[in-house]
Amino acid sequence: MMTSAYVSMTAATVPAAVPPKTAQARARARRGLVQKLGFGALGLCMAANIVFLGAILFFIAAKGLGAINWEFLTQVPRDSMTAGGVAPAILGTFYLTLGAILFSLPLGVACAVYLTEYSPKGWIVNVLRISINNLAGVPSVVFGLFGLTVFVKYMGFGVSIIAGSLTLGILALPVIISASQEALTAVPQSIREASLALGATQWETIRRVVLPAALPGILTGVILSVGRVAGETAPILFTAAAFYVKGYPDSPFSEVMALPYHIYALMTEGTHPEEQTRIAYASSLLLLGLVLSVSMLAIYIRQRQRKTYHA
Amino acid sequence: MHDLNVDYERQMNAEGFHPSLVKGPVGINTNSLGESDTFGLEPKITARGVNFYYGSKRALNNINISFAQRRVTAIIGPSGCGKSTFIRLLNRMHELVPGARLEGEILLDGLDIVSPACDAAELRKRVGMVFQKPNPFPKTVFENIAYGLEVNGETDKRVIEEKVVDSLKKAALWGEIKDRLRDSALGLSGGQQQRLCIARCLAVSPEVLLFDEPCASLDPISTGKIEELILELKKDYTIIIVTHNMQQAARVSDRTAFFLMGDLIEEGRTDNIFKAPRDRRTEDYITGRFG
Amino acid sequence: MNRRKEKLIKWLFTVTAFASLAFLVGIVLVLFKEALPIFKTVSPKAFLLGQSWYPTAEPPEFGILPLIAASLWVTAGALVICVPLGVGSALYLHELAGDKQRAVLKPVIEILASVPSIIYGFFGMVVMAPFLQEALDLPIGLTAFTTSVILGVMATPTVASIAEDALSYVPRSFREASFAVGADRWQTLTKVIIPAAGSGISTAVILGMSRAIGETMTVLMVAGGSAIIPESMFDPVRPMTAAIAAEMGEAPVGSDHYHALFAIALILFLITFVFNVAAELISRRYRLKLGLSR
Repeated sequence: MMTSAYVSMTAATVPAAVPPKTAQARARARRGLVQKLGFGALGLCMAANIVFLGAILFFIAAKGLGAINWEFLTQVPRDSMTAGGVAPAILGTFYLTLGAILFSLPLGVACAVYLTEYSPKGWIVNVLRISINNLAGVPSVVFGLFGLTVFVKYMGFGVSIIAGSLTLGILALPVIISASQEALTAVPQSIREASLALGATQWETIRRVVLPAALPGILTGVILSVGRVAGETAPILFTAAAFYVKGYPDSPFSEVMALPYHIYALMTEGTHPEEQTRIAYASSLLLLGLVLSVSMLAIYIRQRQRKTYHA
Repeated sequence: MHDLNVDYERQMNAEGFHPSLVKGPVGINTNSLGESDTFGLEPKITARGVNFYYGSKRALNNINISFAQRRVTAIIGPSGCGKSTFIRLLNRMHELVPGARLEGEILLDGLDIVSPACDAAELRKRVGMVFQKPNPFPKTVFENIAYGLEVNGETDKRVIEEKVVDSLKKAALWGEIKDRLRDSALGLSGGQQQRLCIARCLAVSPEVLLFDEPCASLDPISTGKIEELILELKKDYTIIIVTHNMQQAARVSDRTAFFLMGDLIEEGRTDNIFKAPRDRRTEDYITGRFG
Repeated sequence: MNRRKEKLIKWLFTVTAFASLAFLVGIVLVLFKEALPIFKTVSPKAFLLGQSWYPTAEPPEFGILPLIAASLWVTAGALVICVPLGVGSALYLHELAGDKQRAVLKPVIEILASVPSIIYGFFGMVVMAPFLQEALDLPIGLTAFTTSVILGVMATPTVASIAEDALSYVPRSFREASFAVGADRWQTLTKVIIPAAGSGISTAVILGMSRAIGETMTVLMVAGGSAIIPESMFDPVRPMTAAIAAEMGEAPVGSDHYHALFAIALILFLITFVFNVAAELISRRYRLKLGLSR
């Protein structure tokens, strides 16, 4: 709509066939040309994003698709990582992600509820907001070191699912907090008042009215963080992941294989680069498909949910 | 519920007088030239010397007024005169605004509701409120009405169902939506939503109903229905309605109070206020010279 | 009874709300505690400015200047790519895209932002590096240049979405006022809207920079790994994050090497911390300037 307006505007200011005669007309024509070039450049910038996404999807799908089959999804690796499947890595990523969400969801939602519903004094909100923003900006490898020191060593969990989950959980916390906060703020004040005016206490109001209304938004945050957590590698390098574990993980305290780490290990360790690269392609496609479908789900839910109160 | 009463009893006994002592007509409205006619009934709510502040800004000055039982009192006045602020004090909704401060006392059946001994949630069950914009929960029609009962500890499904139907009937909504109880309340029309909000209030069996410009966002037909409903409800409830619409005040209320810039200018029988206001400012407002 | 329960619940929420603060403080404490012992062996000056990083040699050398230089180098290269592309995309989305286009393009940017860094690393390793090696006739594909390109692509959606947010805060009236005096849309954009959103856009750039410098897996796989101060952008390098990730597994716990890696992490943390606080302050000032609360 806006683009067409722009086209007609430039068409009006740049007489294409008739050469401009006066100085004023020439200036106007130049102005029109500058605008055209400028907008063209912006279009190229936007197009670059599409090209990047397309290239990544294309190259990985082109070589990965052929290697994905039922055996790949359901079998354990065989012949020193040159054949078989990646089922233990899929399962490991599932456990790590599940653990991380179980840890960060209650904490994150509680924090968001505190910040939006219990309206504490200004400086507390500021301190908390700054620390949440900073936590979101901590490099992922630093989370890994924190997890190594605190969960693996100090708490004695060892390199394990639980240590990795907790580390990933801290990383997911800011994502869940900000999505929940956004969802809670979108709940109209008027229905809080309605509930209180009926004699509900503040907690009853939060639990029975505000949280249910904010649920889709909170869900979006959870899904976004699932996508984020499932693809993270650096935090689990020293806290959970192993290149090869025989069979499937059987306790929260066992080391695991995980899809993202598996890709890294296939590319940098091992002795059969040719076959391993093929498996790495397939694993990458699998991880990419997983993460992208999860984020598309989140985007979809968010777009639907934004309409709720604007009817 | 009993908590509240026990607290009151204790408080009152400690002060050496009993609720029965404050019964009977209480002429305390100094602004209305001693007129204290509450139809010979004891006042349901009495405000004495109420000052109210937002931070350092004073929003209400020394308000003294009584509200008669089972009557409709309209509060009128130009925007920003403090009329909405005032009725929000009556069920302590003002506490949701940080920095709000209240002086003076507000008595419900002779018992001070602004004292810390009084639990706000308990109070709000007795003093229900209908807001300017319909504010149904994003739940079904049934759940909306059942909500108040459930948070007040009602667990018997049969009782809840009965009360939901009963409240919808009282709110003159039953006929229109009896087949849509399981639909989302957000799908109802504006007027239906507002009557649903009234039904939601009625379900918890309040004694007082506060209406804060209930028709401000409604069309004339829906407004007519709400007004009819208010006239019907006053048989059982004490009603206080804030409105900027003077015709509405004239149609539905028995008594009218006029607020201006945080002051209560005049209060009296509605016909008196509209036909023969005593204060010049009331007259100016009613005849449309300002506001 | 009821009121005591309410108080208890509020108190519970208060405590949990401080979890993120506690974790942040915990991270700082852990980093300091594990990093400081290295300065008994090496002076802070020698550590920061030393030009050789041979942590496992005998005797070991712990100069991290090559690692810092590598990080700055690849980050600067990434900025050259992600700032124009990111800001340009944001301007396109905000100014030129209609509702239908936005409905497609915004998700594209969000999806690009959610591609895991390991995938970028893998893509860089198997597609981009061989391609650049061939196209530019280089002896090796895994270089600072390749890393910059990949990091730039990664940071573009970050910059784009934050810059787009900043643009959306610019009041409509600014644009209308500009049109009213006869400016065309390009002039309005460059002379009114971009300056008005300027500090919001710089927040976007800082956060993009923060993302690039803290990125680990990509640089670990693509940067080539040699710990020398780069002389050209086609040298292989070892940025700070890559050093930590690659060497932590081999450094014996409690050794000088181990503490040195924590010290690198500490410096990295401080850099990103400064970036984040700066972004926070600038964006707050920006919102105040435009008369927005929060």
